[in-house]
Amino acid sequence: MNRLCVACALLALAWVTSAWAQAPVPVDDALRARLAHLETELRCLVCQNQTLADSNAPLAEDLRREVRELASAGKSDDQIRDYLVARYGEFVLYKPRVRPLTWALWFGPFVLLAVGALAWWRAGRRRADAAPDDDPDPGTHDAPANDTALERAREALQ
Amino acid sequence: MARSRTSRTLLWAVPFVLFVVLAGFLFTGLFRDPREVPSPLIDKPAPAFTLPKLGASDTLSAADLRGKVWLLNVWASWCVSCRYEHPLLVELAKANVVPIVGLNYKDKNDLALAWLAERGDPYWTSIVDADGRVGIDWGVYGVPETFVVDKAGVIRYKQIGPLTADVIEKTIVPLVRQLEKS
Repeated sequence: MNRLCVACALLALAWVTSAWAQAPVPVDDALRARLAHLETELRCLVCQNQTLADSNAPLAEDLRREVRELASAGKSDDQIRDYLVARYGEFVLYKPRVRPLTWALWFGPFVLLAVGALAWWRAGRRRADAAPDDDPDPGTHDAPANDTALERAREALQ
Repeated sequence: MARSRTSRTLLWAVPFVLFVVLAGFLFTGLFRDPREVPSPLIDKPAPAFTLPKLGASDTLSAADLRGKVWLLNVWASWCVSCRYEHPLLVELAKANVVPIVGLNYKDKNDLALAWLAERGDPYWTSIVDADGRVGIDWGVYGVPETFVVDKAGVIRYKQIGPLTADVIEKTIVPLVRQLEKS
């Protein structure tokens, strides 16, 4: 696969020049802005940590062309995403959609935060319970019954 | 006191279990190729196409292959990994197990024909996808890739990257035999 990548990179270089020769579909400014945004949300499958907008891989060029043509044909952003997901899977989306499969991804951090907060709160309450000074019900502990007994206990300990 | 013993047990058990689960995920991750993106097309009907045959004037469409188990092998003369895979395909073609359709991806016809003349032609026929659009429909993102399509025209398997003798023997051939029976 490394060799394939090197080959792709070389081809990308070779095709940069030929890309200029191809007549692109004419697009107006609003569409161009929309495409620029959409392309940053889509993943290039060849250079996997780059967006479609950033990548020079030939496949990224082809996919940009597809996206441009679909958009010019009046397809919505969601329809374009569906088109790519049907072919390449959810992996093409940099911003995964909220669905049962991605619940852990979207909500997991909040669940962890809630669990952490709960554990923290409970630990704090337990520490408060364990401190005899704040105990609202001294009868449950084997605490000295009154101040003189406490005094006597202190003296005995010295 | 019983409660605090349980919570003390939980105090080490929860992080320990989380650690084991995480370590399990990371460990299996060591043996997976992150470049292999599982195809959503498995068990879905093969995308339709009608493309010119390489070195001939007629066309081939996916519908023409109904009722047959066949392989679609994506290849190109500029593809380096295809050179490693090619002898295996030639051998597979000689064994006459399954027709192999070549998808000549973003290639030049004369280079592709020269490549086949030099190395042998394992393909039942090769079709020309000059601008890579059929490749996109099939979710191709690297060359070579190989698909197994059943009699009903459903994709049953996808190999990303070059085929190996192991994959052919242990996966492709048994799968083809099984699909042929059904």
